Amino acid sequence: MQTFSCPFCGSRPEYEFHFGGDAGNERPEGFATVAAPVWAEYLHFRNNPKGDTQEVWLHMTCGELFVMDRNTVTMAAGPGQPILPPKVTP
Amino acid sequence: MTARRLPHGGEIDRSRPLRFSFDGREIHGFDGDTLASALLASGERVLGRSFKYRRARGLFGAGVEEPNIYADVTDGDQFRVNQRVTTEAAANGLRLQSTNTSPTATGDRMGFIDAFSRFIPSAFYYKTFMWPNWHLFEPRIREMAGLGRLDTTKSGPIGDQINHFCDVVVVGAGPVGIAAAIMLAEAGQSVLLVDEGSRIGGSLLHRTAVIDDLTAAGWLAQASERLRDLGVQILSRTTAFGIYDHGLIGLNQKHVCGRPDTLWRVRPDQSVLATGAIDRPLPFAKNDLPGIMSAQAGLTYLRRYAVLPGQRIVVATNNNTGAEVAQAMAAAGAKVTLVTLRAEAEPLPGIALHAGRRIEGALGRREVAGVVLDDGTRIDADCVLVSGGFTPTIHLYAQAKGKLRWDDAMLAFVPGSSVEGVTVVGGAAGQFALAEAFHALPVALKLQAIVPITAGVPYAITPAWPDPGQKGRIWVDYQHDVTTKDIGLAARENFISVEHLKRYTTLGMATDQGKTSNLNGLALMGQITGRTIPEVGTTTYRPPFVPVPITSFGGPRGAELMNPVRRLALEVQHRAEGAIFGEYGGWLRPAHYGQNDAAIVAEAGMARRTVGLYDASPLGKIEVIGPDAAGFLDFIYYNTVSTLKAGGCRYGFILSENGIVYDDGVLVRLDDNRFIVSCSSSHVPGVHALLEEWRQDRFPDKRIHIHNATAETATIAVSGPLAVDVIKAAGVDAVLDDLSFPHMTTRWGAWGGIPLRLTRVSFTGDRSYEISIRQDLAADLWDALRDAARAAGGGPIGIEAVMILRAEKGFIVIGKDSDGMTRPMDLGVIGPLRNKKAEFLGKRSLLQDEAQRPDRNCLVGLQPADGAGPLPVGAHGIDQNGPALHSIGYITSSYPAVSTESPVALALIKRGAERHGEIIMLQHLGKTRMARITHPCTFDPDGDRLHA
Repeated sequence: MQTFSCPFCGSRPEYEFHFGGDAGNERPEGFATVAAPVWAEYLHFRNNPKGDTQEVWLHMTCGELFVMDRNTVTMAAGPGQPILPPKVTP
Repeated sequence: MTARRLPHGGEIDRSRPLRFSFDGREIHGFDGDTLASALLASGERVLGRSFKYRRARGLFGAGVEEPNIYADVTDGDQFRVNQRVTTEAAANGLRLQSTNTSPTATGDRMGFIDAFSRFIPSAFYYKTFMWPNWHLFEPRIREMAGLGRLDTTKSGPIGDQINHFCDVVVVGAGPVGIAAAIMLAEAGQSVLLVDEGSRIGGSLLHRTAVIDDLTAAGWLAQASERLRDLGVQILSRTTAFGIYDHGLIGLNQKHVCGRPDTLWRVRPDQSVLATGAIDRPLPFAKNDLPGIMSAQAGLTYLRRYAVLPGQRIVVATNNNTGAEVAQAMAAAGAKVTLVTLRAEAEPLPGIALHAGRRIEGALGRREVAGVVLDDGTRIDADCVLVSGGFTPTIHLYAQAKGKLRWDDAMLAFVPGSSVEGVTVVGGAAGQFALAEAFHALPVALKLQAIVPITAGVPYAITPAWPDPGQKGRIWVDYQHDVTTKDIGLAARENFISVEHLKRYTTLGMATDQGKTSNLNGLALMGQITGRTIPEVGTTTYRPPFVPVPITSFGGPRGAELMNPVRRLALEVQHRAEGAIFGEYGGWLRPAHYGQNDAAIVAEAGMARRTVGLYDASPLGKIEVIGPDAAGFLDFIYYNTVSTLKAGGCRYGFILSENGIVYDDGVLVRLDDNRFIVSCSSSHVPGVHALLEEWRQDRFPDKRIHIHNATAETATIAVSGPLAVDVIKAAGVDAVLDDLSFPHMTTRWGAWGGIPLRLTRVSFTGDRSYEISIRQDLAADLWDALRDAARAAGGGPIGIEAVMILRAEKGFIVIGKDSDGMTRPMDLGVIGPLRNKKAEFLGKRSLLQDEAQRPDRNCLVGLQPADGAGPLPVGAHGIDQNGPALHSIGYITSSYPAVSTESPVALALIKRGAERHGEIIMLQHLGKTRMARITHPCTFDPDGDRLHA
């Protein structure tokens, strides 16, 4: 069983976490203008890489959503990185 | 009677005799015996039958490698199937039944099968019993084959499970494992030392050695003391059966005295594998006869249990470990002949030597009676101890994705790559001589330490692999009756990949997983196909290393604890009313009050006439709070939220991003900055996670707080024409007139000074008030409402009655009346798609061609048009036009008539919205029904009862 590291709670067993998809799968905005293939890409196409990957995970027990580097071959998992609000420029 | 117990020596306690039974015969042993050592000492050779040919079999090994002898063990009211007799402690009163025997090992009725063995090679059954159908023959064949028989009248014991953390786990407490544990503990590490034996010591318990000028036993005693002083935790009778992701190591600990096994989940920083090596059999004709045993096993029985395995013993070997075995047997009083393939072997006093020779075949029918050498020499013997060389136990290393390397000098696969957190030492690393293994320890463990000093000759071996040209029946895998001929057949039929070889011949399968047989099988396949052993390769190593009882894995998480239901705060009150409970979306809820299904219809009718009271506590109560909450919920909901006034309620959908309806429910706006998402009972965790996910991902800088208040609040729904009277009579302090408290609004009230919230929404079609109160204060309110309801001719109703009421009204349950294709438009809710201008979850998907398709399945009502009672749920509507019958949708809910003239059903039917009034044919399990399509709402379509 794997252990993942929540940025809020630290190292916890894998069954407390829920997979949230590839990191960086940006939602195409503007329903009136987004072309069907672009929307389909966002909805259905996944990277599924062999090796290093960056993913979104949810720690269900505390509710923290975070980004985690993981290797799909060695199963090595890096520490979870918090999703920070974008910097507000004055 | 060839094996016998010696009058002195061994670990057994002769002052504590014990008795158990084997196939009905009484067996005597001593405290300290394994089942195997006691059985061997009893003199009986044939202790089981082979899996396929039903050949007589005796003990081959003395530990986990044992391929032959298993027993089903009854211990009082406990029963354990397929127990290795070599690893189970003997105990008073056990009852053993041998496996693969009918009825006993010595008197097996199926023994005749071996005479037909040449007609039943590998895959015989699958090739032969093809016509007309394998399943016709399968039960009889399975009956004949296959290890132990379960006693289904007894259940397994419930074991404990322990989670443990430490710096290092050392697997194997032989000399190298012990030395490693001491070095690591001296370096300040917290160490857990585990060994599958009854005591620590490993090979030192049966082999001679001089370490630091002490005897094996002397060094062991000193080392044990040192381990204790250093605080090393020791677990004996404990097998490390698997290494899993991120270094988790699984241990199964056996106990004596009938206590069930304990499962340990250990998370060390490092695992040191000192798991040793297992002796291989030698290939010669009839090498499976009872009396032919592993040399290391023979030595173990002699030294640890004081059982001399024979009187005239042939020790046959291809390496230099045979001399110690031969000398020990001779010293114990046996007549010993040493047959070694090593021409340079030196003669030993009192032992006949045949150097540079190997055994051609064994003599004897039911037990071994002698051997014939390759030079034709015949030697009389009642026991043959064989050693084909050591195979390192690298299972855990290979499970951890370590790559194996073939060592041509040791003739063994050894660890060939480094695996983070896993260190292999000693025999498991191919270091079969103790001095060499000790010497390598500090480097392997990356520390400075004083190494124990020992002398000894290096290990030396001459290849003795099975030869494709060898005559006779030569067993490679004892447990599954795989001979050299089967491997030849596999090669001829092109099953030459090692994984195909395993599946085709069953080599290395079953409970021993080929611990003794695999390498000989690979070597033979290599020779037949002109490849080297590393070119043939090994099959994938997977956990568990030994069979682990299911009760260990299950632990206490069985029965009710398997998937615990959530309990209502008012469960006691419901039980007092005679509620029959059922599981609904993970909650244990009253299905109905009263013993039979007739109560359901009666409850529904009562609620329509007067008033019904039901526990709606599991309904979601997720609070979304903050100045940006309205904007956030506008994005989450299909419907527009921000236009909802404070104190108002709105029914709406939450879609998934692909436009499918994920949840429906009422959204309550308490004030400008505070909402309650009242999602379906079974969707609370999912909706909560969805809200958090979007809040953090899309609105991270917005002022929104989400709190799931479902469990802390109890909700009692009061529904029916007399609802207001009942609430008043119960003493609830609230303004209830329709003008100030209309349908789809929420108001605060109080009861005995306790604040409560009343929400006027309806899931029944009648005026309803959902009253929410702190869950720990709900019981008295329930009692008061129930008394008032009773006085008004009503009472509590269960979920089943509520289901009838809502179906009459055409109210849906998401996941029951919708499926993974259902868009909001299919449920008749089209407004927001047309009118809502803001972006929301799933919006773009609703504009896709698929979502806009005109022939989608839509929610409709169905009335039986054939006068034959309620329609069956799951029945498909049938379109008879076109070349073949095809489905036009199906029934999702169906209930008997209560308030309506005919039974009600809801269905998803193709183009349903435009087909009201049409009569369609339905089919279900071979029966045909006719039904009329209606609007989903059949009860009070104008909503008079909701408002007035």
